[in-house]
Amino acid sequence: MAKLVPLADAVAELVHDGDVVALEGFTHLIPFAAGHEIIRQRRRELTLARMTPDVIYDQLIGAGCARRLVFSWGGNPGVGSLHRFRDAVQHAWPGPLELEEHSHAGMANRYVAGASGLPFAVLRGYTGTDLPRHTANIRPVDCPFTGETLTAVAALRPDVTVVHAQRADRAGNVQLWGITGVQKEAVLAAHRSLVTVEEIVAELTPVPGQVVLPGWAVTAVAEVPGGAHPSYAQGYSVRDNDFYRAWDAVSRDRDTFRAWLDRHVHRAGAAA
Amino acid sequence: MSGPRPGTDWTADEMMTVAAARQLRDGTACFVGIGLPSTAANLARVTHAPNLVLVYESGCLGAKPDRLPLSIGDGVLADTADAVVSVPEVFNYWLQPGRIDVGFLGAAQLDRYGNLNTTVVGDYATPAVRLPGAGGAPEIAASCGEVVVIVRQNRRTFTERVDFVTSVGYGTGAGDRERLGLRGGGPRLVITDLGVLEPDPVSCELTLTRLHPGVTREQARAATGWDLAVAEPLTTNDPPTAHELAVLRALEATRHGTSADRPQAPGPTV
Repeated sequence: MAKLVPLADAVAELVHDGDVVALEGFTHLIPFAAGHEIIRQRRRELTLARMTPDVIYDQLIGAGCARRLVFSWGGNPGVGSLHRFRDAVQHAWPGPLELEEHSHAGMANRYVAGASGLPFAVLRGYTGTDLPRHTANIRPVDCPFTGETLTAVAALRPDVTVVHAQRADRAGNVQLWGITGVQKEAVLAAHRSLVTVEEIVAELTPVPGQVVLPGWAVTAVAEVPGGAHPSYAQGYSVRDNDFYRAWDAVSRDRDTFRAWLDRHVHRAGAAA
Repeated sequence: MSGPRPGTDWTADEMMTVAAARQLRDGTACFVGIGLPSTAANLARVTHAPNLVLVYESGCLGAKPDRLPLSIGDGVLADTADAVVSVPEVFNYWLQPGRIDVGFLGAAQLDRYGNLNTTVVGDYATPAVRLPGAGGAPEIAASCGEVVVIVRQNRRTFTERVDFVTSVGYGTGAGDRERLGLRGGGPRLVITDLGVLEPDPVSCELTLTRLHPGVTREQARAATGWDLAVAEPLTTNDPPTAHELAVLRALEATRHGTSADRPQAPGPTV
């Protein structure tokens, strides 16, 4: 049964230096508040996994939390580059960042394999590209039935997955809807999981297209209203596109970035 | 974004977007990336292709946005979709089996066989420019019925060799897609701000087949990092109609007004 805990306590207990951590969310429901708490608690040497590392991973990388990034697309959607990510790769600032990169289809299937308790997943993918040259986690595999050569990707099993959702009940059953991305697979693939929610309610009313994560499949739930901002929670908020546009200038310069981080993360304190 | 072409009231980017939109046939399913592909696909849907099915990699199938989204996951896509599915499902059940007719891609580099690079400029380990990476592109390029590339044409982008093959066009030439077992048809069109390139039916090498009004073949060849083949006869696209321009500009205007109704929240001020 998931424990209902304050965000700071959940991060202190579940996210350790050196862990493989996935903060998932496909544009929608990105757990920004939890990412900020990881920065405030000064976690180090993390392997950050995510299909679409965007602004929260830019912040985690710039804050020096990450040693390695496992991903498939790293950008500020609709705006351009992630400058802290680029600075880390091109100039090793604030430290070197190892990369393992995939396609979206490959990353999605790596989580599916992890959630399924399998060592790998099979897809038609990567063929003819330069991506397999750079990681041992993409290999050709022959179909035992047809002989066709397909692609295998190794399962991805984070030490801890963090996602944001619309709501949970007091037993820790979690409900999310709208664009649900790969959150279910990422939670079920992980050894531990933390879900931040907009609100904790007495009873979960069904919503079309919902995903429900039963409380016994989640480690901890923290109530963090607005915890996805500047991403959004369908039914609660809209995407703050102005923030994403403004991030380009904030993140371009190291000192401007550090000043922003100090003011809006370190001195802001935990939201819950 | 360049200003209007001399003697016209439209820009090269507007011509490129209109030319791309015209290529989308009504009733087909189109896998759309953000930016120019999304703008062109929505222009097509509002003009000649009302039944165009827009598929976004965020899992939105049949999205019908009334304003241009900034990201592939804006709420307007989910709100207007026929179905919203998970990301594993959109790739495994919808893209991989060949259910999507057209894939719409951009690129930072492209070579004469339509291979695309969105990963790095320079050496992989010590890149001059680290780009966002693959995203959905490798499997879109592999599995869609055909691929349309939209990209501005210049020598930095149109290179003899791409620094990294993120997505396969025709590989090393004729027959390579078949050898690799890629089931989709590959790039059918490359639409630029200067004209249109299509693969040669035998060699698969990209060949200039159409120019936009006011552009010369010499300009297109000078903007290409290889010895660009030119089709005979070389034709010229019709300029954007007043209706196409009006709809396009109305769509573009919506992209800048999306956050007026957002809740109050701290911005990234310093």
